[in-house]
Amino acid sequence: MLRGGSGLLLGAGGLAALPLFGTPDRKQDPSQCTTRDLSESDKRLIVSNWPGYLDEDDGEYTSTLTDFQKAMGIEVSYTADVNDNLEFFAKVVNQLGSCQSSKRDLFMLTDWMAARMIQVGWIQPLDKAKVPNLHANLIDSLAGVGWDPDRTYSAPWQSGLTGIAYNKSKVKEVRSFSELLSRPDLKGRVSLLTEMRDTMGLIMLAEGADPAKFTDRDWDTALERLRKARGDGQIRAFTGNEYIQDLAAGNVVACEAWSGDVAAAEDENLVFVTPEEGQMIWADNMLVPNLATHKGNAEKWINYYYEPEVAAKLAAYVWYICPVKGAQEAMEKVDPSLVDNPLIFPTAESLATTHSFMALEEFQIRAYEGEFADVIGG
Amino acid sequence: MRRGRFTGYWLMLPAVVWLGLFFVIPFLSLLATSLYDPEGSVLTGYDVTYRFANFTDALGEFWQPLWRSLWYAGVATAICLVLGYLLAYAIAFKSGRWRTLLLVLVIAPFFTSFLVRTLSWKLILADDGFIVDALQTVHLMGEDGRLLATPVAVIAGLVYNFLPFMVLPLYASLEKIDGRLIEAAGDLYASPTRGFLKVTLPLSMPGVVAGTLLTFIPAAGDYINARLLGSPNQRMVGNVIQDLFTSTGDYAAAGALSVILMVIIVAMVMVYIRKAGTEELL
Repeated sequence: MLRGGSGLLLGAGGLAALPLFGTPDRKQDPSQCTTRDLSESDKRLIVSNWPGYLDEDDGEYTSTLTDFQKAMGIEVSYTADVNDNLEFFAKVVNQLGSCQSSKRDLFMLTDWMAARMIQVGWIQPLDKAKVPNLHANLIDSLAGVGWDPDRTYSAPWQSGLTGIAYNKSKVKEVRSFSELLSRPDLKGRVSLLTEMRDTMGLIMLAEGADPAKFTDRDWDTALERLRKARGDGQIRAFTGNEYIQDLAAGNVVACEAWSGDVAAAEDENLVFVTPEEGQMIWADNMLVPNLATHKGNAEKWINYYYEPEVAAKLAAYVWYICPVKGAQEAMEKVDPSLVDNPLIFPTAESLATTHSFMALEEFQIRAYEGEFADVIGG
Repeated sequence: MRRGRFTGYWLMLPAVVWLGLFFVIPFLSLLATSLYDPEGSVLTGYDVTYRFANFTDALGEFWQPLWRSLWYAGVATAICLVLGYLLAYAIAFKSGRWRTLLLVLVIAPFFTSFLVRTLSWKLILADDGFIVDALQTVHLMGEDGRLLATPVAVIAGLVYNFLPFMVLPLYASLEKIDGRLIEAAGDLYASPTRGFLKVTLPLSMPGVVAGTLLTFIPAAGDYINARLLGSPNQRMVGNVIQDLFTSTGDYAAAGALSVILMVIIVAMVMVYIRKAGTEELL
């Protein structure tokens, strides 16, 4: 039996063993953490993407994915398991952070998260010679990002806008983001996104601050506004991609939304609006993680989706901003009605209403994400 | 045959290995997490610095969802006990040849996943769903009234999801009761109510205790119901822990909060068992 002394001994032993359970530094070096590329012999590709981000076979219509598989003889296992950047990060941190395989060859993450993963060395550089279309056809506005100036590690999949959506069969027109936060007839039927940069960016715009260059004071004011809206019961939920179901079902009548989702929902009552205060712009980027065993196939995929015809076909389905030059011309053949669609091919004027969120240092990410999470959670 | 001095210990070995692998090691890991230096981060790594202030910090910051969890779980358990007792009683004493079928029906919800069932409640309770519509038509609920995103929906979800855990132990105890004891109570001029209170209820206490524990413990730690059926104002401690681990990456606070929840539940269970005094259970 364990009595007195031996129990105490065990307890002390347990307490002393605790440091063994610390977590290590997650930085990696992609040139050290490598594996053999099996692409030539193993014709497979494992892709993780956001929901609603790829066209699907439907009767006569063959999707770009099916075309790709046929043309390249590569079998793609495609999963829509990215619902939130941070959640996905949490899913792969233990593997990628300790140089183990994430069992994926390609995934799509938003700029800031892509930047973060590249910085900590989890992402492999792309072979420039194998993705000529990327370098030839990437639109200029996405070419020179600070965190990956030559697009060595990343290739934009789609770009998009964050604004407002509302259900016009349920409520009167919603024009500004401020209305979402305070209009009485929307109370308890508004959802906002868990993406800190989207939500806080739009609130800062509503407060007259610039999300690309804000001070701690701007941040605090915006956060206070959000805290108040939440406390008043104005906000029903903070969501990832699943907000669109609630909007269609009528549980939510107005929400913060990503541009393409609303069109892709194919519900004539759902309207996407650019808030009067301005909207946020972002891009999701294709990344090949360390130890991906089908890097060559992933490069084929990237190169394929940078052909203007393919990009046009995809854009006609997902309704996000197409990152590929020449796709607008190619759209003539796919769907002439979309050639001048500002959601897919934004004009200079509509781009002028867009804002991006400033790049954050690691300590700022921690502080801001923490405070934001406290408000949306607490 | 002579038994060696250590035979007893050898026989304990499988249980010890089991507990070690599936309880002690995960628990030590959790305890270590709760004592991390909060200055660390997921990317730069965390060190165990035995920072016990993590506990007071977590309590100070998250006492509301913690309290709410215990409250919701308590209400859900009480409702489960009433509903579950009626159901278990009916199955044990009044169901005749339908008994097996009824028991299968009690566990039938487990044939689909927990998540899918909770999601379907979201459809049933939706703002434009038939329940809300019906309640509005008969003016039991105002025009802009709703069920989803209220404490009612979250507690209803908890009741629904954990009811079988209440029914089965109750049934097991009730079913064991010798019917002749109840008859004897009647022969001694006890009214049916008195007979129930003096005979059936005391004999079913082990079931009541087991059922309450099996319902309350998972309900207090549940986060799916609050996430799918509630709004941010109904967040339970499970939601907070999940977000701290996945979104915020604040492992220290998440670990501390998990340990606090565990300690509270263990303490409540100990007190409860002392009071209810069911030696048969332990």
